[in-house]
Amino acid sequence: MATAYDIPAKQVEPEQDGRAPVVAVENLRKTFASHTVLNGISLSVGRGETLAVLGRSGTGKSVLLRLIIGLETPDSGSIRIHGQDIAGLALDRMGEIRKKMGFLFQHAALYDSLTVGENVAFPLVHHRRDMSKSERGDRVKQLLAEVGMKGDLDKMPSDISGGMQKRVGLARALALEPEILLLDEPTAGLDPISSGEIDDLILMLQRERQMASIVVTHDLHSARTIADRLALLDKGKVVIEGRFEDLQQSDIGFVKEFLKQS
Amino acid sequence: MPSVAGSAAGPVNGFFEWFGSLGIFSWQVLKAAVTPPYEWRELIRQLDEVGSKSLSLVVMAGAAIGVIISLEARYSLSRFGAKSMFPSTLVYSVIQVMGPIITGLVVSGRVGAGIGAELASMKVTEQIDAIEASAINPYRLLAATRILACILMLPLLTLATDACALVTGWFAQNLVEPLSFHQFISSGFNGATFNAFLPPTFKTAMYGLVIGLIACYEGMRTRGGAEGVGRAATNSVVLGSLFLILSDVVLVKFILVFFP
Repeated sequence: MATAYDIPAKQVEPEQDGRAPVVAVENLRKTFASHTVLNGISLSVGRGETLAVLGRSGTGKSVLLRLIIGLETPDSGSIRIHGQDIAGLALDRMGEIRKKMGFLFQHAALYDSLTVGENVAFPLVHHRRDMSKSERGDRVKQLLAEVGMKGDLDKMPSDISGGMQKRVGLARALALEPEILLLDEPTAGLDPISSGEIDDLILMLQRERQMASIVVTHDLHSARTIADRLALLDKGKVVIEGRFEDLQQSDIGFVKEFLKQS
Repeated sequence: MPSVAGSAAGPVNGFFEWFGSLGIFSWQVLKAAVTPPYEWRELIRQLDEVGSKSLSLVVMAGAAIGVIISLEARYSLSRFGAKSMFPSTLVYSVIQVMGPIITGLVVSGRVGAGIGAELASMKVTEQIDAIEASAINPYRLLAATRILACILMLPLLTLATDACALVTGWFAQNLVEPLSFHQFISSGFNGATFNAFLPPTFKTAMYGLVIGLIACYEGMRTRGGAEGVGRAATNSVVLGSLFLILSDVVLVKFILVFFP
């Protein structure tokens, strides 16, 4: 009897309106030592769309994001950003593509020797040398205001909570006005109220900026709130992909179990 | 029962693997260092970190070795009736040998450990990944600036060490047998040439390369949380000091051959 894992790798198709996907991952494989983390993943995301990638801990969700941003190299398969295959690109060439991407790390990864304002300004200092100091300052204040951190410019990362660090990390990820936003467990470790606030923030930013977003999460409630489509991973493969209603109507045992436990 | 060859293969492989990885890292840093955009602001910050914040330490070390050499040399020279050689003995000992090596070891301890721990901490908290994800070359921003700062600052710090050692050495001698500082310096540098003093001072730029390169390499390849950070800091100091001394063997020979 065929199981979900026998489903062949999804063929990447252009979006129905004829536009190619902004991010397209095809048949991606990644192994660490002898442990296969991703075993033929295929996904795509278009402009203005949010895809939530769900799964149990250790199923390679974060590795998927790290592959897309180029922090890891796939063993096989392709990753296309605006149609360009990024596998094997040199660091400086990859840098040009990364300028169009924003990445929120699971623990925010703020630079602990810089203030909140300096953290957000960091990409601007390096990539927007045409900006004057006051223009940069205004832009930083605007970004922090968007994420609800306006008054915390001079604080150090160690002086703010985990939820506030994520907001600052999000502001930093948005500094260069990216077309693609990658979010690694944005609500992990947060209380329900803070999680809800982060979800609302992501929704608002997505409506305003129309980015292609991929959110990795194990929080089904959060995924339902912010995502247009959900992809559920297990044993390195996509078990099911579609809207939340598609998951609810699925007969696949793992999907039912995941929804039941969430 | 594992064979001797089998049990030796692991450490031998590890040894070559370490050097191979260091070679790849060095190439990445070199490529990044010579291609724009250059990180001038970070370089200046590192010059301050490496240079001015190490100054008090090397000055104290220099002061100590000046007194030590003064006490030891005076006793030895007296036994052979060569007390008049004391100024030149102190000057040559400090500038050609002790000043550079002591400066290198002190800076390896302070700067090497600091760079190793800082970069290791950044690695385990994903800050280096965040730099790379922000389309900034971490080899250029973090490694090249630190290594270049070490290369530029070591000769200057060595001069500071040498100056302090000569002053305290003279002072220690002066307490026993009064000798004016002017006489001491004239006698000490009598007949000195460029080859005697400048190459040993500028070889410390190579020390800076060793210290900076190993500290950055150990820091940026760290794994394993707090334990990894500690290991990186320790390795930076131990390996930095070891390779500094080993490189001195080659550098001394190089100087003797090309600057006789």
